[in-house]
Amino acid sequence: MPIEFKKKPGIVAYLTAGDPDLATTREIALAAIDNGANVIELGVPFSDPLADGPVIQRASQRAVARGVRLTDVLEVARQLRAARPACGLVVFSYLNPVVRMGMKNFCAAAAAAGADGVLLTDMIVEEAGEYLAEMKANGLAPIFLAAPTSPDARLKAIAEASEGFVYAISRVGITGTQQNVAGDASQLVARLRAFTEPRGIPIAVGFGISNAEHVRAVAEFADAAVIGSALVAMIEITKPSQAPAAIGRFIAGLRA
Amino acid sequence: MSVSASSELPVSSAVAARAGRFGVYGGRYVPETLVAALEELEQAYAAADADPAFHAELDDLLHHYCGRPTPLYFAKRMSEQLGGAKIYLKREDLLHTGAHKINNALGQGMLARRMGKRRIIAETGAGQHGVATATVCALFGMQCVIYMGEEDMRRQELNVFRMRLLGAEVRCVSTGSKTLKDAINEAMRDWVTNVRDTYYILGSALGAHPYPTMVRNFQRVIGREARAQILEQEGRLPTAIVACVGGGSNAIGIFYDFLGDKDVRLIGVEAGGRGTALGDHAARFQKENGGVPGVLQGTFSYVLQDEAGQIAATHSVSAGLDYASVGPEHAMLHDSCRAEYTSASDAEALAATSALARTEGILPALESAHAIAEAMKMAPKTAKTDILMVNLSGRGDKDMGILARELDLKGAKV
Ligand SMILES: Cc1ncc(COP(=O)(O)O)c(C=O)c1O
Repeated sequence: MPIEFKKKPGIVAYLTAGDPDLATTREIALAAIDNGANVIELGVPFSDPLADGPVIQRASQRAVARGVRLTDVLEVARQLRAARPACGLVVFSYLNPVVRMGMKNFCAAAAAAGADGVLLTDMIVEEAGEYLAEMKANGLAPIFLAAPTSPDARLKAIAEASEGFVYAISRVGITGTQQNVAGDASQLVARLRAFTEPRGIPIAVGFGISNAEHVRAVAEFADAAVIGSALVAMIEITKPSQAPAAIGRFIAGLRA
Repeated sequence: MSVSASSELPVSSAVAARAGRFGVYGGRYVPETLVAALEELEQAYAAADADPAFHAELDDLLHHYCGRPTPLYFAKRMSEQLGGAKIYLKREDLLHTGAHKINNALGQGMLARRMGKRRIIAETGAGQHGVATATVCALFGMQCVIYMGEEDMRRQELNVFRMRLLGAEVRCVSTGSKTLKDAINEAMRDWVTNVRDTYYILGSALGAHPYPTMVRNFQRVIGREARAQILEQEGRLPTAIVACVGGGSNAIGIFYDFLGDKDVRLIGVEAGGRGTALGDHAARFQKENGGVPGVLQGTFSYVLQDEAGQIAATHSVSAGLDYASVGPEHAMLHDSCRAEYTSASDAEALAATSALARTEGILPALESAHAIAEAMKMAPKTAKTDILMVNLSGRGDKDMGILARELDLKGAKV
């Protein structure tokens, strides 16, 4: 179950776990996988999502209010792994819930649940020494963000610390939908390639990717597209019983 | 989950020795987009700090524009009434704009100007940092956007008017608990989005490196002056120094130059709020009440949180102390026991406000009143030869609405 993007462009689907509820998140993730998503990013809801725009903030707030915890998200991961042995599975979290569980405990639990990788929004490479050691000890892929503002020296460190893929942020800003894929994105990926290519690590582009046209644009220069706020926004306005089918159709249409 | 599990944030001794670390605390835990900006800031600050011309201009403005040095005042009547130590007040309330916050806002504003940034953003709780930032922006002709929680805009409305009068745009933050923490989240989102041309003047000794060090250094002037003043006035150092602790900037500012004076007790006072249950206070160092080490808004420090690592709601009658985390240097001083941390309740702070007003004719900010409350508790147990120094971090005009209601000033019963 290594993370792979065999069919280009790869599709990474971000979901805020527990919105509208954990069972629906699981069904939505299964529908996304069955309709072509290569990797599911299970977002751990957090009370203070400072890198997120209004859509994911609201989803997070709803899930936190329902009492969804990191341990619940790992349980969803376990169920997804059991149901779809070959899918890519990434736990996506702010740092504090992980620190609260303990880095060692968390990495062991994520591996036991069957996750392939972890992305911590507010963990940067310079601070990651022991995090990386625990990840490695548990056979998990640490995925780091790369930003248009990151100078080449940082991109090098990010590419060298990451496994699975590097998540390139398409523009300077927080998560949320946008009209066009920013010019920042292709330049960033071009700079990043110099460091990922020797290691054979793919690059996924995210932030603001919300339709088939965006995915086509990303496919021109990157290996995969991350769809986040667009899915979370669709889930927000769809009846829970209909959300899995709606998300499945949406994902199926992204490579059209 | 036990406290020890929470201390498992991976910090090796090599990391702990790095710049921006206070023991295991501090660091830089931010979205990648901000890292280059923090590095640029770190370098620009180091260059400014090493430049005598920067310090000369800062000192000149602190003196002629802000009114430094602030007096160290012997509160004779209050000392006599309490029957113990001599109580001295470091009068940051007399500073331009009415609180210590201008020491830092001015320093960072000069740094922003030096870096060529013309757009300034800041968060504010009590509104004092917002007013100080708006003031500095007016002085330097810079654009100013202040983020403030909806709840704080309501309870510190006078400061909202002051900021607007000074030409700042005040943006209302209606997410989360609608207080300081949420204002910082929103300011950080703005910074992530506009990082290329925007300078974020963080208002306390919080956040990612280099902020806690830089803000402390800009506030150090409080303790530097106070140490010289007490030596001049009393010929000896104080027995104890008492300061309120929100993010921790006025406290670290007065503590810092006394850290090496091992016989001087350093006492930080947190907001005890209305009770000990999580959500009813902002006493981060009360472990039994939910304060354990964690990461919030860029730094590793004590954080009020639930068992799953969600940040807890807080409560205090004072908007400036109503925050779930605390500056990382205080976390280190707490663990090393160099400083002691205690709390004063809403009721104690309100009582201290009227006590100081009536015995000394000084109206403290509700934040500062927490420090006064602690001094009032301590004084009767001390000897007449002891000296208590209290940092009076700000004046209370901004709180008149709350005071009128809580102390029933409309009914003239007090
Ligand atoms: C007068 C006054 N004192 C204290 C504080 C608390 O901040 P800090 O702990 O950073 O000094 C504030 C914050 O708004 C304030 O206005």
